[in-house]
Amino acid sequence: MKLIFERSVPGRSTTIFPECDVPETTLPESFLRAEKPDLPEVSETDLSRHYQELSKQVYGVCDGFYPLGSCTMKYNPSVNEEAAALPGFAGLHPLQPVETAQGALRVLRLSEQYLCELTGMDEMTFEPAAGAHGEFTGLLLIKKYHELRGDAARTKILVPDSAHGTNPASATMAGFEVVNIPSAPDGGVDLTALAEAAGPDTAGLMLTNPNTLGIFDRNILEITRIVHEAGGLCYYDGANLNAVVGNARPGDMGFDVVHLNMHKTFSTPHGGGGPGAGAVGAKGDMAKYLPGEHVVEKADGTLAFEKKEQSIGRIRSYYGNFLVQVKALAYILMLGGDGLRDASQNAVLNANYLRVLLAPYCKVAAEGICMHEFVLDLAEIKERTGISAMDIAKSMLDHGMHAPTMYFPLIVHEALMFEPTETESKETLDEAAAIIIELLKMADTDPEALHSAPCHTPISRPDEVKAARTPVLTWKRA
Amino acid sequence: MGTFIPSTTSQREEMLAKVGVSSYKGLYEAVPEEILLKREDLNVPDGISEMETAARMEEMAAENTVFRTILRGAGSYDHYIPAIVRRVTSKEQFLTAYTPYQAEISQGVLQSIFEYQTEICALTGMDVANASVYDGASAMAEAAAMCRDRHHPRTIVAATVKPDNLETVRTYLWGAGASLDIAPEKDGRIDVDALAGMLGKDVGAVIFEQPNRWGLLEDAEAIIEAVHKAGAKAVMSVNPISLGLLKTPGELGADIAVGEGQPLGMPMGFGGPYLGFMAAKQQMFRKLPGRIVGETTDDAGRRAYVLTLQAREQHIRREKASSNICSNEALCAMTAAAYLAAVGPDGIRKAAELCLNKAHYLAAELAKIGYTPVYQGPFFHEFVTTCPVDADKALAKLAEHGILGGLSTERGILWCCTEKVTKAQIDEAVRILREEAQA
Repeated sequence: MKLIFERSVPGRSTTIFPECDVPETTLPESFLRAEKPDLPEVSETDLSRHYQELSKQVYGVCDGFYPLGSCTMKYNPSVNEEAAALPGFAGLHPLQPVETAQGALRVLRLSEQYLCELTGMDEMTFEPAAGAHGEFTGLLLIKKYHELRGDAARTKILVPDSAHGTNPASATMAGFEVVNIPSAPDGGVDLTALAEAAGPDTAGLMLTNPNTLGIFDRNILEITRIVHEAGGLCYYDGANLNAVVGNARPGDMGFDVVHLNMHKTFSTPHGGGGPGAGAVGAKGDMAKYLPGEHVVEKADGTLAFEKKEQSIGRIRSYYGNFLVQVKALAYILMLGGDGLRDASQNAVLNANYLRVLLAPYCKVAAEGICMHEFVLDLAEIKERTGISAMDIAKSMLDHGMHAPTMYFPLIVHEALMFEPTETESKETLDEAAAIIIELLKMADTDPEALHSAPCHTPISRPDEVKAARTPVLTWKRA
Repeated sequence: MGTFIPSTTSQREEMLAKVGVSSYKGLYEAVPEEILLKREDLNVPDGISEMETAARMEEMAAENTVFRTILRGAGSYDHYIPAIVRRVTSKEQFLTAYTPYQAEISQGVLQSIFEYQTEICALTGMDVANASVYDGASAMAEAAAMCRDRHHPRTIVAATVKPDNLETVRTYLWGAGASLDIAPEKDGRIDVDALAGMLGKDVGAVIFEQPNRWGLLEDAEAIIEAVHKAGAKAVMSVNPISLGLLKTPGELGADIAVGEGQPLGMPMGFGGPYLGFMAAKQQMFRKLPGRIVGETTDDAGRRAYVLTLQAREQHIRREKASSNICSNEALCAMTAAAYLAAVGPDGIRKAAELCLNKAHYLAAELAKIGYTPVYQGPFFHEFVTTCPVDADKALAKLAEHGILGGLSTERGILWCCTEKVTKAQIDEAVRILREEAQA
C-alpha cells in the first residue's frame, strides 16, 4: 500500500482557505521558517481513496468477533457518536462563560451522579484522558492524603503480580516504590503475603477486581480490611468493571479511589488507541484532592465550576476528553440501572458460555465460574506440540476474528485471554468456539499450518526484531 | 430499557444451563452476599429508547450557546476543519478498532500513525515523533520527564507558558518528587538574562512556548543558546498552525518539540479530546514515551508497520517504564495527519498567514477605539489589550450578538483570530465595542 507521501505530486492541492480580506502583515525574517514543510501534496480524490484503502486494512468491532481480553471490545452505539457530534457540544469553547455552557456542565454533573452511584464513590473528576492517566491521578490522591497527614513513611504501593503493566508504571510516576504481591494458586491475592507486606510504609494497594484471570476475588473484604488496618488506602482499577457494574460496587468492596474506562465499560469507541476517558472517583476526604474543575449546583439551580482548595492540581488542560464523556452519558442514560446490570450479567454469561465450550480442549488458567473474561493456558499444548499461544492467536486472524490478548497476565506463560462482551450473540460464540476448537486440534494434526499463520491477512507476521534494531520511524524522500 | 444484547430469553436460559447455573445469581457466587446489589439498591433510573436518548442529549446540547464569531483562544482554537477530514476519520473501522497490537490486521492504523509521525517531523523540523499523548499539557510534562535524571533533577518552566500547561507540569513534577523553578518574565516575554542566571549543571529541561500565553513571540534563539550553554535540554511547545510560517524547533536547535494538536482538525469540543504531539532529536528517541510505529518487513518481504521499541513501555517494563501511557489519542493523530495532508504545504502556510493577518487587523482596529496593546513586539494570532470600559460588560455585549470576545485576564483582554474570522465579523465586533464605550 502506498504511503500518502508516495501519492504526492508537487503542485497538486485543493482550495480549502479563502483569499485574505484584511491588510497583510509580515513578521521579521528572523522569525520565519526557511522552507515550507514537506507535507503531502494531494487532491481530495487521492485523500479519499487513501483512507479508504487504509480502512480496509483495519479490524474494528464492525468487522467481526473481537474477544480481546481486558479491553472490553463491546459494540459502540451509533447514537453516542451522533450526540458527541452535535454542534451544541462539539462547537463549545472550553473557556466560554459557564452561563453559556450549562448543558455541558449538566453532562458532567449527570455523569458524576450516575457513576458515583454505580461505583459507591462520593465525587468524580473527568480530567483524566485515559485509564492509565486515571491511575496516575488516583495515586496522586493517595499521595496527597498521606502528605497532608504528615505521614512521610508511606512510600510503597502494593501491586499484585497479575496486574496490568500500567499499575506499577503509574505508581513509579507518582513517586512510589512498587511491592509486587504474589497471587495465590487460584489467581486471587495471597492473603498471607499481603498481610506480611502491609505495614507502616504502605501507602496503598492497587487492585483489579475481577482480576486479570477473570476471577472475582472472594476475599475482597478481607483484602481491603488488611490494607486499611495497616493505614493504607485501596485503589480500584476499573479496567474490568464491565463484569460487575450494577451488580457490585467498588465502594462497597472497601475501595477509596477508582478509575473507570469509558472506552471499556461505558461503550465509547477505542479509536485504534484512543481517545478514551478515565474518570476518577473518590470517597470521603479523598474527594477534597480531586484535580481540575468540579461542577456544583448553586442556590439558584444553575451549574458552576468550582476548584478544590486542596486539589492535587491539574493533570491535563480543561476538563478532560469531554466529547468522550458525552458518548458515555448517552450510553448510561439509554441502558439505565436495569440495562447496565443486564449488560454486565450477560458479559459474564457470554464469557462463561465460551469458556465451557473451550474447556474440554484446553486448560483454563483458573478453575470454575469466571467473570467477564477467562484465560486459556496453552503451556501443556506447547510442550506437546510446539504450538504456542501466538500460533493459535495468529491462526484466528485467518478466520476473520480478532485475536484474544496474548501472553497476559504474565503469571500464565502461554496465555490467551478471551473477553467476548455482552454484545456478541450465541451464534457468534458458537461459530468462534467451533473454529478455535478446530485450531486447537490442529496443534496435533497440522502444526506447520498454525506456525505459518496468518496467510490470508494483508501482511504475514512482521519482523519485529528488525523494526526495533534498525528503527525506521519516518518516511524519507529517496 | 435500552439494550445492545443480542441474546434472546430462551438463548440466555440455554446458555445458563450449559454453564451449569440456574440463574445469573449463580454467576456471581464469588461476590460476598452483603455487597451483591439488587436492582432496588441502585439509584439509577431505568433505561430509555434510542429515540429518547437522542432527544435528551439534544436537549442538553441546546442549553449551550454556540458562538457565531469566536475571538477567543487561550489554548483552544476555532479553526476550519476541511470536510474530508471528518469524513475519512469517522469511518467505523477506524473508530472501533483497538490499539494495533495485531499488526497483520492493523496496517491501516499503523500506517496512518507512521504518516502522522512523518508529518509532525516535517512540521516541527525534528527527527522522530511518537504516536501522541493526551494533550499539549501532558506532552509538556512528559517532555520534562524525558530530560530529568539523577544528575539533572531540576526543571525550569517559563512564566509565559499557558496556565493549564504550567499547572499540569507542576502536578507531574510533584508526583515524581522533583523540583520546579519558574523562569521570570519581562514585558510579557521570558527574561533571558534572568533565565541564564538560574541555569546550572543540575537542570534537565527548560520549557517555553512559542508563541507564548500572551500570543507573543519569544526570542527562541537566545533562550536555546543559553539553555545549551548550561548543558540543559530545550523543550519548545509550539502551535502547529503557526509552524506554517514560523521558524521550527528543529531550525532553532530545540531538543524536544511538543504542543497541542487540537488546531489540526479537532473541534474545540469543550476541551477535548485533543492531541499532544511530541517530537525529538534523533539522540533522544529512546526516551520518547508511549507508542511509536516503525517500518519493517513481513515474512514475505513486504513492507509492514509495527508498534516498535516497546521495551520502553509499561506492558513490558512495568515499574521501570519511561511512562505509564497506554491508550493515547490515536484517532486524533489520524485526524491531524488527514488535516495536514488535506491542506498540504501551501495550505498550512495560508492558514498561518490568515491567522496572522486577521489578528493584526483586529489589533489595529481595537487600538483605534481605546483597546491598546499591553505589550509591544511581534505576535502571531493572539494579543492582549487594555479595556477602556468594564471588561465583563464589554464581553457580555459581544455575547449578546453571538460573539465570543477575548478572554478576560489579570493583564487585560487576550484576543485571538483564526482564519475563520472574516473582516466583516471583526468590523462588527469592533463596532459593538465602540458603541458600548460611547453608551
